[in-house]
Amino acid sequence: MSLVKQIWIYRGFILGSVKREFQSKYRNSLLGASWMVLQPLSQILVFTLVFSQVMRSRIPGLDGSFGYSIFLCAGLLTWGFFADLVGRYQNMFLENANLIKKINFPRICIPVIALFNAGINFIIIASLFIGFTLLVGSFPGGVLVLIIPVLLLQTTLAMGLGMTIGVLNVFFRDIGHLFAIVLQLWFWLTPIVYPLQSLPVWAQEIVNLNPMTPLITAYQSIVVQGEPPLWTSLMPSCIFACLFCLFGMYLFKIRAGEMIDEL
Amino acid sequence: MGEIVVTNLGKAYRQYHSRWSRLIEWVWPFGKARHERKWVLRDINFRVSPGHAVGIIGTNGAGKSTLLKLITGTTQPTQGSVKMQGRVAALLELGMGFHPDFTGRQNVVMAAQLLGLHEDEVNLHMAEIESFAEIGGYIDQPVRVYSSGMQVRLAFAVATAVRPDILIVDEALSVGDGYFQHKCFARIRMFQEKGSTLLFVSHDLAVVRSLCDQAIWLDNGVIRDAGETKTVLDGYAKALYAKGQEVEVAAEQVPVERDVPKVESRQKRDCRLDFINNTNLRNDIEIFEFKQDAARWGDGKAKITDTKLQDANGTTLNWIIGGEEVVLSVEAQANEMLERVIVGFMVRDRLGQNLFGDNTYITTMDVPVSIRKNSKFQGRFRFLMPILPQGTYAVTVAIATGTQKDHIAHDWINEALFFESHNGISVSGLVGVPMHDITIDEFSRT
Repeated sequence: MSLVKQIWIYRGFILGSVKREFQSKYRNSLLGASWMVLQPLSQILVFTLVFSQVMRSRIPGLDGSFGYSIFLCAGLLTWGFFADLVGRYQNMFLENANLIKKINFPRICIPVIALFNAGINFIIIASLFIGFTLLVGSFPGGVLVLIIPVLLLQTTLAMGLGMTIGVLNVFFRDIGHLFAIVLQLWFWLTPIVYPLQSLPVWAQEIVNLNPMTPLITAYQSIVVQGEPPLWTSLMPSCIFACLFCLFGMYLFKIRAGEMIDEL
Repeated sequence: MGEIVVTNLGKAYRQYHSRWSRLIEWVWPFGKARHERKWVLRDINFRVSPGHAVGIIGTNGAGKSTLLKLITGTTQPTQGSVKMQGRVAALLELGMGFHPDFTGRQNVVMAAQLLGLHEDEVNLHMAEIESFAEIGGYIDQPVRVYSSGMQVRLAFAVATAVRPDILIVDEALSVGDGYFQHKCFARIRMFQEKGSTLLFVSHDLAVVRSLCDQAIWLDNGVIRDAGETKTVLDGYAKALYAKGQEVEVAAEQVPVERDVPKVESRQKRDCRLDFINNTNLRNDIEIFEFKQDAARWGDGKAKITDTKLQDANGTTLNWIIGGEEVVLSVEAQANEMLERVIVGFMVRDRLGQNLFGDNTYITTMDVPVSIRKNSKFQGRFRFLMPILPQGTYAVTVAIATGTQKDHIAHDWINEALFFESHNGISVSGLVGVPMHDITIDEFSRT
């Protein structure tokens, strides 16, 4: 049975699980679902207040007191989505060990559920951010829809990478610890808090090898400058993402049986 | 629909010599294998035709659970294959995937979705699930406030809401009270009658005997015997018996001291009984009527006409309290002249385990009792009823002639009398023995 068909048959389970994760998170709280909005809202507020008012950071070529805040959010929020997704994939098999070991259901449901959960969180925070740009009059306009293909590319990369790490993590728990360190280094090797141009040329060359660099730069170009990204620059990342995705699926397929014995 | 074909099935787990071995093997797959295969199941071949019921028996570690996991597909086989037709329901881990913070109703939906059903399908069956589980208003309470029995009841109700073509049952049913077990088995039987194939794993040979027409005996990961239930079970019981025989012989070699002065035990009772009986710890045991129509066997030279529990004055009781003195009375009629007659009884719990029992053999060894043809007689056993854990119990009674070792059974009723303990929360172990005296003394001072 093909994967797509399995997912379709178990759509009730997938959607139910996604719903329940949010329900269980806020079940015993008084404010309930408001926390879904409050937490990311505070994040955006802290960035903007600290960087626009307290530190008065400016980036050459950017106008307005919120210029740096918007630049920062464009990279930080999307990186957050990337890290969240990879993090979920890294632990999804271990966390659901009981279910996987004892009940026969299509295993592919687990990554799909994780994708939905991370995706919904990102959609909430992204909507808040768009609302913020409207509020301060920095809404980039129609060019914003171009963000969708870039996000799809990033999601593909995160899923491929996450799947690979998730499977490996079942057999070698070191992978989880190791990747936490890698992710931190990776964050600083990506032009999120600093613009790429502010680096010396030799450093720019190194940072450009990072497959996340063109993606983050693309978001910044769309959101901050309101210009479409340089599509050709995304090609290497695209190839990289596809390869990782294929490798992740391959690893999942050949190791799925052994994985259940190992959990 | 409902056929199961298992071909050359085998399962081996990999055992690596060290943590690094797997990494080395993955990175450099061309060298020699750095793991050993530990076979837990090998060369399993069988076929179950639609509508048949097969019991899988074997000691712990024989591979029964692994076989079921392979059949349900949770674990992948190392070799061979399993082919099944139709919808499969597996009652392996009842209550798996129940989330403690959600209500019973939400968990029902969740569990059913995990089985591949849709929410509207579940809602169609909701009323029936509720009524089967009998948890009343708790259905809208979070599962964390449920008792374990309630969880199992609800889980069983969900798993069997839709009749499956193939039903796979593990030891799961050994939890829950006697009443609910009876209900579960009734449902399983109903499915069977409607044509579901049944695969049943249990230690309870009596259940396997009554449910299954065929049995598979697993021993150390291979099929030791397969075929008609009775034949397989007899062989299995014999092998188990052979293992336990050493102990039994040793016990018989202990000389029986016959001249022990009999201590009058009328006043001896559990020292805490007065206190306990005034609390909710009281071990109430309800006694049911003698089952006249229960299945019996024997050559018919004697017929058991009644079995009852009485107090010391001979009044028949239908309610006793664990720890108090009772008299078990077995009444019978001799249809022939009976020489050296023995009356015996055995109390079994719901899983068929022998808890305690006794017979008249040793007491009457020196002066054997003979009963004339057509006369009535009774065997009486006066004892302190142990404190019984909650559950149903059956009393087996028998009349025989001969000796302990060599006798002929004239009438034997497996389930002559039932009783049910309603509250045995102060018991640890199979039964609680009434304690005559419990003290703590300081006996040396330094």
